[in-house]
Amino acid sequence: MNEQVKIDIDRAERTEKLQGMGCKRKRVEDVRFTQGKGSYVDDLKLPGMLFGDFVRSPHAHARIVSIDTSRAKALPGVVAVLTAADLKPLGLHYMPTLAGDVQAVLADEKVLFQNQEVAFVIAEDRYIASDATELVEVVYEALPCIVDPFKAMLPDAPILREDIKDKMVGAHGPRKHPNHIFEWQIGDKQATDDVFARADVTIKEMLVDHRTHPSPLETCQSVASFDKVKGELTLWGTFQAPHVIRTVVSLISGLPEHKIHVIAPDIGGGFGNKVGAYAGYVCSVVGSIVLGVPVKWVEDRMENLSTTSFARDYHMTTELAATKDGKILGMRVHVLADHGAFDACADPSKWPAGFMNICTGSYDIPVAHLVVDGVYTNKASGGVAYRCSFRVTEAVFAIERAIEVLAQKLGMDAAELRMKNFIRAEQFPYHSALGWEYDSGDYHMAMQKAMDAIGYKALRAEQAEKREAFKRGETRELMGIGISFFTEIVGAGPAKNCDILGIAMFDSAEIRIHPTGSVIARMGTKSQGQGHETTYAQIIATELGIPADDIMIEEGNTDTAPYGLGTYGSRSTPVAGAATAVAARKIKAKAQMIAAHMLEVHEGDLEWDIDRFRVKGLPEKFKTMKEIAWSAYNAPPPNLEPGLEAVNYYEPPNMTYPFGAYFCVMDIDVDTGVAKTRRFYALDDCGTRINPMIIEGQVHGGLTEAFACAMGQEIRYDDMGNVMGASFMDFFLPTAVETPKWETDFTVTPSPHHPIGAKGVGESPHVGGVPCFSNAVNDAYAFLGAGHIQMPHDAWRLWQVGERLGLHG
Amino acid sequence: MTKSHIKVTINGKPVEALVEPRTLLIHFLREQQNLTGAHIGCDTGHCGACTVDMDDMSVKSCMTFAIQADGARITTIEGVANPDGTLSALQEGFRMMHGLQCGYCTPGMILRAHRLLQENPNPTEDEIRTGIAGNLCRCTGYVNIVRAIQYAAAKINGTPFQEAAE
Repeated sequence: MNEQVKIDIDRAERTEKLQGMGCKRKRVEDVRFTQGKGSYVDDLKLPGMLFGDFVRSPHAHARIVSIDTSRAKALPGVVAVLTAADLKPLGLHYMPTLAGDVQAVLADEKVLFQNQEVAFVIAEDRYIASDATELVEVVYEALPCIVDPFKAMLPDAPILREDIKDKMVGAHGPRKHPNHIFEWQIGDKQATDDVFARADVTIKEMLVDHRTHPSPLETCQSVASFDKVKGELTLWGTFQAPHVIRTVVSLISGLPEHKIHVIAPDIGGGFGNKVGAYAGYVCSVVGSIVLGVPVKWVEDRMENLSTTSFARDYHMTTELAATKDGKILGMRVHVLADHGAFDACADPSKWPAGFMNICTGSYDIPVAHLVVDGVYTNKASGGVAYRCSFRVTEAVFAIERAIEVLAQKLGMDAAELRMKNFIRAEQFPYHSALGWEYDSGDYHMAMQKAMDAIGYKALRAEQAEKREAFKRGETRELMGIGISFFTEIVGAGPAKNCDILGIAMFDSAEIRIHPTGSVIARMGTKSQGQGHETTYAQIIATELGIPADDIMIEEGNTDTAPYGLGTYGSRSTPVAGAATAVAARKIKAKAQMIAAHMLEVHEGDLEWDIDRFRVKGLPEKFKTMKEIAWSAYNAPPPNLEPGLEAVNYYEPPNMTYPFGAYFCVMDIDVDTGVAKTRRFYALDDCGTRINPMIIEGQVHGGLTEAFACAMGQEIRYDDMGNVMGASFMDFFLPTAVETPKWETDFTVTPSPHHPIGAKGVGESPHVGGVPCFSNAVNDAYAFLGAGHIQMPHDAWRLWQVGERLGLHG
Repeated sequence: MTKSHIKVTINGKPVEALVEPRTLLIHFLREQQNLTGAHIGCDTGHCGACTVDMDDMSVKSCMTFAIQADGARITTIEGVANPDGTLSALQEGFRMMHGLQCGYCTPGMILRAHRLLQENPNPTEDEIRTGIAGNLCRCTGYVNIVRAIQYAAAKINGTPFQEAAE
């Protein structure tokens, strides 16, 4: 064996030992999860712990005439019953929302949506608490309610928020009506209107991204434990953003922040549901402060689906203007946003409609104008980013449906129309008409790769044949080809435009190397299944040459972790992942000084080699990171402080822009409306790939949630404001039987501004998947003159489409 | 409320306890026996996070009263590992194939898969998908759960398992 081969083998072995970036490292978390040793909030059992449960409103809109808690309080085992009257003297009957509004903790004088929290019963066990909720007698006087957001601003509409009815300037500017929350606009209106006035071809479509819910398998829950002697509060909860929760609790309760210990243990899925602050958290805290013992609150599923947050409910009038040969000239969008009873959207504070202005998508659209009107209705509040960055699923749905509508009007192939309008690789960094700077991309290459992989041309030929056969009456099956090419905007974000309650949206990492060369690292983010304990360690392993198995990652304890804004909007890798790399590089810089001292050479004479610093030209003279770590504590160079650790608070210079090309082939039985996904191919570009196994898993999961949203999942209300089907009996969560089989693929276009080039991936498949499914359904019916078919596309609704088109004979 | 005396064998150990007639098996296991591996996800029997094995059947323990378990043999996730403490074939399969993310459905999913493989040691993909249709997962999209069960079946049967190419 020659010398070079030996060196190569040695280096390959040392690299493999690290289990660093790019390898399919098995997850650290799974050892406990597969043995039932995860520790979730409801697993917590504290001495003397009591249980809280809510009395909820049966009405969507009603005045509270009286509340009688005497029978409930008389039930053995009941310790207390809280109502707004108890919270008012403490100023806790309302809490601030992330969107600059306030939200009732317990209903004060009136209720504004069905299942709104009216009273909080605290009892010795959860069964007694539940019994007692039935014994609280509330007399309501029903009021007319608003369910349809289009009726919210009618002159004679009932006024919902009497608490702010005279406040004609809200957190985001003037309000046009007592039920109006904000108007947000961006882009050049005049230039856009001019383009539309002159264009050869225009399309206009009302696209509804319907109300749904993230519905993680674990509901929202908390345990509060107040120590009256120390004046300290410990709060365990299902928090995607534990540090923000600590700040919010401090602001609400008046307790100093250092006397609040917030702990997010293992979390059973989040998907945006666990970003906000909810009445249950506050009531468990108040209960514990008042009673001096721990109080647990655990939502049941119906409460979860009908009260703690919702997603979407965007009614988007979407217009495109184009030349007759298919060059898009402009985009105009008006959104009516139904925010429910309180504006509790979990968006960065200055963005009342999230990043809806990413709606120009992957296309070079010269001018655009977007207006979003937010309104109050008698529905649950929320508006969370369900497995997406803020309002990005909505934005991508708008452009990806609209471009298909345009293709149909032009008589052009939908893939060809996209190719014609893509931002070209050489245009990056690209400045969009609505204000974003896209970091990197090669859309044409990704699209071509996807089209080749799925066999696009052959599929269109097959579809053409099938359509003819359908017309001849030889088949009752419709074939749809769905396309979506999405650009996400994740990793919020730069302080110049992103904050939450005034706190810039940085994130953080603190890495500490122990004398023996093992590591503990703590982050400001919080995994809910994304595998952070595995992947952050891979980043550090590669950066510092320490095996990932020797690196422990810790998140979720606000006493020990550095402040961070949490995990949502695919921000962990783009922001905390960057912080991790930067902190590691600080350590590496110090390690180099120590190594130089140990080897008695100048720092500049050293070079990094996988897990060690070696002397240039003398590879046998080296010091491994493990040796350096010992020296850092044992014999640091003169004038250098001992120890080897670093912290970084990373404020990203820009967002990252993951993208992808998705194709769906669907066969629909026109007589039953049953749609079968024959193939689904997803090509994702998330920049540098840290763990391909985890990326693939994230894509599978995101696609499955997209499938659910597009094909049946919905939170629906009747005219009286009754929430329809807030249980898994009716709310569609796909099982292994309905879920399609996923084909995944990738390209790699690193982010130029990120220390390791990673962009984030957890939400892309959801964002890209929803329009892809809807486009497949719409494409199946397009040749029959169906027009735009609204989601969700369950069998009942698709059967109705067949009925409307007279296809059932 | 009056309590009833029950005798149950849980993970091979005899247990005697007093339970209210309305106490659900899931609460009995989690709160009285401190076996918190099985979870509650829906309260209506749809999600399967609470699945345990009772007298050789998969049972949703949120749909079962503790008193109904009187005299029964119950296996929970805490009793699934090999006697020497190493991961069972199914537990190993879930880890090797990335068949879990947040871990909340995992104990129920593994218990369900355990019973499935007892009934059908060599299931096809469709049989696996149908067999776990009573257990919801919100994270994985099921592809890797199917692979995990195939991995375990192969290991138990001593047949080769081919990892699907990415």
